[in-house]
Amino acid sequence: MTINAMRLGSRVVALVILVLVGAAMPFAAGAQSASVPDTKTWDGLKGDVFGQKPIGDADGIITIDAPKRAEDAAIVPIDLHFKTDAATGRIKAVTLIVDENPSPVAAVFQFGKDAGVTHLATRLRVNAYSYVRAIAETEDGKLHMTQTFVKASGGCSAPAMKNQDEALASLGKMKLRVFTAKTPGNEPMTRATEMQLMIRHPNNSGLQMDQLTRYYIPAHFIQGLTVSQGDRLIMSMEGGISISEDPNFRFEFDAKPGEDVKVEAADTEGKKFQDELPLESSSL
Amino acid sequence: MSEPTRRSVLKTGVFFACCGISHVRLARAQSSPVEPLPVKEITRGVFAFAGRPEMMAANNEGEICNVSFIIGDEAVAVIDSGGSVAEGRELLAAIRARTNKPIRYLINTHMHPDHIFGNAAFGETGAIVVGHHNLPRALSARGDYYLQSYRDAMGSELMADIKIVPPTKLITGEEQLDIGNRKLTLKAWKPAHTDNDLTIFDEQSGTFFTGDLCFIEHLPTMDGSLLGWIAQLEELKGIKAKFAVPGHGPVPSAWPQALEQEQRYFDALARDIRKAIADGVPMAEAVKTAAESERNDWRLFDEYNVRNATAAFAELEWE
Repeated sequence: MTINAMRLGSRVVALVILVLVGAAMPFAAGAQSASVPDTKTWDGLKGDVFGQKPIGDADGIITIDAPKRAEDAAIVPIDLHFKTDAATGRIKAVTLIVDENPSPVAAVFQFGKDAGVTHLATRLRVNAYSYVRAIAETEDGKLHMTQTFVKASGGCSAPAMKNQDEALASLGKMKLRVFTAKTPGNEPMTRATEMQLMIRHPNNSGLQMDQLTRYYIPAHFIQGLTVSQGDRLIMSMEGGISISEDPNFRFEFDAKPGEDVKVEAADTEGKKFQDELPLESSSL
Repeated sequence: MSEPTRRSVLKTGVFFACCGISHVRLARAQSSPVEPLPVKEITRGVFAFAGRPEMMAANNEGEICNVSFIIGDEAVAVIDSGGSVAEGRELLAAIRARTNKPIRYLINTHMHPDHIFGNAAFGETGAIVVGHHNLPRALSARGDYYLQSYRDAMGSELMADIKIVPPTKLITGEEQLDIGNRKLTLKAWKPAHTDNDLTIFDEQSGTFFTGDLCFIEHLPTMDGSLLGWIAQLEELKGIKAKFAVPGHGPVPSAWPQALEQEQRYFDALARDIRKAIADGVPMAEAVKTAAESERNDWRLFDEYNVRNATAAFAELEWE
């Protein structure tokens, strides 16, 4: 099951290839620094990702939070919240897109039928002034989009690895953390358990040109990830290169007490990583 | 061949009419010598310019970090080239105002644009570009991005001449360079400010050029490893220097007292971020208040602190 779930989505592949082929000007698309948000890039992009399918407003079904400025271009925290009541229907999948990045589709998340995922936070690379958008697909097949505009970082911050040797040395190391109680002041406790999953990986974009050889550094990133509890799928991800190095996901889901949470990931070099966490264990 | 045709004169005229500023600058570059960078001689044969504690911008020509040169019996070594080719040329003019000895080495202390964007100004001097063994890799990953991302702040005119010039002589561990009865000890550090930090110690004068391993007044920026930086502070302090030229801050500065301000900031940042992580506070929240106690002690706090906190959070989460 996990292998199937990890199958790299054709949409992501298509876009990655598209961009690699057109990589002669990797940052040209994101070069405009207009502070007035312009949706031209998205207008050209949406057909590649969603075909002719109409995309409606999110209308509260999904919301996105991001800082107004990407302080560290390599690590921009993004927060998604999902409304999952009967009226709107369950969210099956969410596509996360950074319009102006060299490879705009950051990730496609699929959620298990009874996983009850209501919140997902991750970190993105943001190369230029860009819309960051999330498109939710509900069970009825309809698409709902929300977006926010992120200004590029100033100063010498770059969407690149800070400590390359370390990133490679501890490749694939995983850390799972369970937050047993909600932070005070939030809504009352539900069955939801909040969990954080961290994977050591350079998640290297491959769109960086070696100044000496003029060759592009090969891409090396997490392309598939599955989180499950018992036989039950919680969440899977088809990853792109806009997910920050050391991919990091913090999410809330309906946990079944007593069953281990299992994580499996695979990268573009075919390396597989996995880990299990008993939910009973105290949070770190 | 160089005789101006009517058309080229016309084109030039139109070009100048369109870009008034270019006209002034070009005319200055062509007809009058470049204004030398106002360096000061901090000890015999050691000259340094103190950059302004600002963001790189068109109006400061990227002159925000400290740049230096050392004159030996035979040759000159330059330490960092500045944040634009314009600054690099001014530095070159400052050197030529003092000596005609060849420039043997251009040493880059690390990858950041304010230290390397002036490299192209030294292209015709024959200087060997020297850097940390990780510097070429770091520039491969960032060079194009830097050239792109600084266009806004610096303006296309300043950016036009800037090229990424990677080092050809790479330093691993420690190595000595000689510029004529004057030995310079270069040391490649483990990841700290960046993963390609290099320092230079001039034995003759006891001057220690820290690159951006030492920030004073200007808030340090995290682009390597906070833990690595903290861990190497003791080793840095152990360097028996009479005084230091920090990457940013007063020139010269007392050594090792020059490290005290940043050490206090690192401690505050690490303490606040560790507490947030332990309390389960998400990154986006934690970075808003981390190291807030340091706000009034630094310039550019608002420009860099959230970024530092973000990088620190991502690193310390793995402890």
